[in-house]
Amino acid sequence: MRRVCCDETVCIGCHLCEVWCIVAHSKSGDILKAFLYEKERAIARVRVEERGAVSFAVQCRHCEEPECVFACISGALRKDFRKGVVLHDASKCVGCFSCVLACPYGAIIPVEERGKVVKCDLCEGREMPICVEKCPNEALFIQESERE
Amino acid sequence: MRAEYLIIGNSAGGIGAIEAIREVDSDADIVVVSEERKTYSKALIPYYIAGDIDLEGIYFRDEDFYKKNNVHAILGGKAVRVDFKGKEVYLERGSRIKYGKLLLATGSEPSIPPIEGLLSEGRFKDGVFTFTTLNDAIEINERIKRGVENAIVLGGGRIGLMAAEALFKRGIPVAVVKRSPKIFPAVFDENASHLVARQLEENGLQMLVGRTIKEVRGGSCIERVVLDDGSELRCDLLIVATGVRPRLELVRHSEVKTRRGIVVDRKMRTSVADVYACGDCAEVYDFIHNEFRLTPLWTTAYLGGRIAGFNMCGCEREFAGMSMNAMHFFNLPVFAAGISNVECGEDDRYEILSAMEEEKKRYKKIILRDNHVVGILFVNNINKAGVYLGLMRSCMDVSLFKEELMSDDFSLIDIPEELRRGILG
Repeated sequence: MRRVCCDETVCIGCHLCEVWCIVAHSKSGDILKAFLYEKERAIARVRVEERGAVSFAVQCRHCEEPECVFACISGALRKDFRKGVVLHDASKCVGCFSCVLACPYGAIIPVEERGKVVKCDLCEGREMPICVEKCPNEALFIQESERE
Repeated sequence: MRAEYLIIGNSAGGIGAIEAIREVDSDADIVVVSEERKTYSKALIPYYIAGDIDLEGIYFRDEDFYKKNNVHAILGGKAVRVDFKGKEVYLERGSRIKYGKLLLATGSEPSIPPIEGLLSEGRFKDGVFTFTTLNDAIEINERIKRGVENAIVLGGGRIGLMAAEALFKRGIPVAVVKRSPKIFPAVFDENASHLVARQLEENGLQMLVGRTIKEVRGGSCIERVVLDDGSELRCDLLIVATGVRPRLELVRHSEVKTRRGIVVDRKMRTSVADVYACGDCAEVYDFIHNEFRLTPLWTTAYLGGRIAGFNMCGCEREFAGMSMNAMHFFNLPVFAAGISNVECGEDDRYEILSAMEEEKKRYKKIILRDNHVVGILFVNNINKAGVYLGLMRSCMDVSLFKEELMSDDFSLIDIPEELRRGILG
């Protein structure tokens, strides 16, 4: 299992993880183009939660027993047990939002106007998820564990 | 033929079992027998009828799923009898399969109310359909292509309402005939029923609540229906969506114990050794009600199949399910889970937190029992709803943060740190 974790004692609530997540999932991969010029701005798959001085980022936990995958009616969500990653195939997603109801972390993000969901894919293709790479205070880190 | 694992049914339960078995054992012989030639998602039928997806999109797993998983699939075959003592299944054309472990994932079939004139020569009149199989979906689609003037949906449950919206999106005027005054009463309360009915009506559906169909008229083809108040409606397409019942043909008069469905324990074992059951045909464990009950839902079937699969391979797991419905009606999202339809003041075991915003068609209701969340019902307010389900599954005492539960952006951060750490890891 591979996932991004957040040390909330050092998270400064800057939301840069959200910004860079948008960039990494934009068409251009360029921060200015992603925010200013792309017709449909990409959606961040990580969300910072804040109450007063406490903050932390939450993204898909790539669960061992992923409730979202079990709830998916279309086969869009699946778990790659070899890589330990929960993946979402947007082309198969019908926007039923069953996974949004099933996920105990609120980590699957419904995009109602587009009739789809988005979720963390651990930046497929990048060596290190961009939120981890760009976190200015190293609050975000990658955790890998063998399947229990 | 002999199979270590023999699975009857290739919908959510059967697939869940295969995927679980293959996680544990990549070699054992698995055989699947199903009347259905394709592995498709019943839950996608409304999307197909509405034109949101094509026929390819309805298939739940890739075409080569069985090949990739090294499963011998006998699709379009039918199991007609099981010899539970000899551990052997008889197929329609006389062949037999011996099994080590058997999973009954036979699903459900529509229950059809006795309505005068519904049948012609023992079959549905032309233009009358149920809404549960791929065959239904294809035939309804063909019928729509030939032109439909007035459609009626009988039944205001989940399937009926989704069917009605799908037909309407194809440009057909649709009326929903519904016996009880509330819609989807198994899940909705008064408020949710009211908001959803309003949404459906404002978008153009005709809702005839508190009505039933007394008679269907026409020769071999449906032409009109007569309601219980005597009124007549023209109708050339009728969808009967009045619920489903377990398919129990294979266990009737057998050693396998049944009540309304096949009786299983939390390991999905039936009363007969080496025979398991899951999905719509079984009464499965609901941890909110703390009882075994029929729960004909996609997720329940998949998860039940998964737990059965593990136990069949000797990996002990226990099933804990609950009622869970994610729905949308003309883009109005509605989530319900657990005990959701209980009204304020109806039962003093429950504490109910609720907020209704009629104008915005928003509604949020949380049902507590002894300071534990046992149900939610959200209309137009679904973001992070799953966090509540996490509280339900972990049976967390919420008394320390009860005030936060109703806030619009309730999330993990509202859960006290100690408890939260246990969740986030």
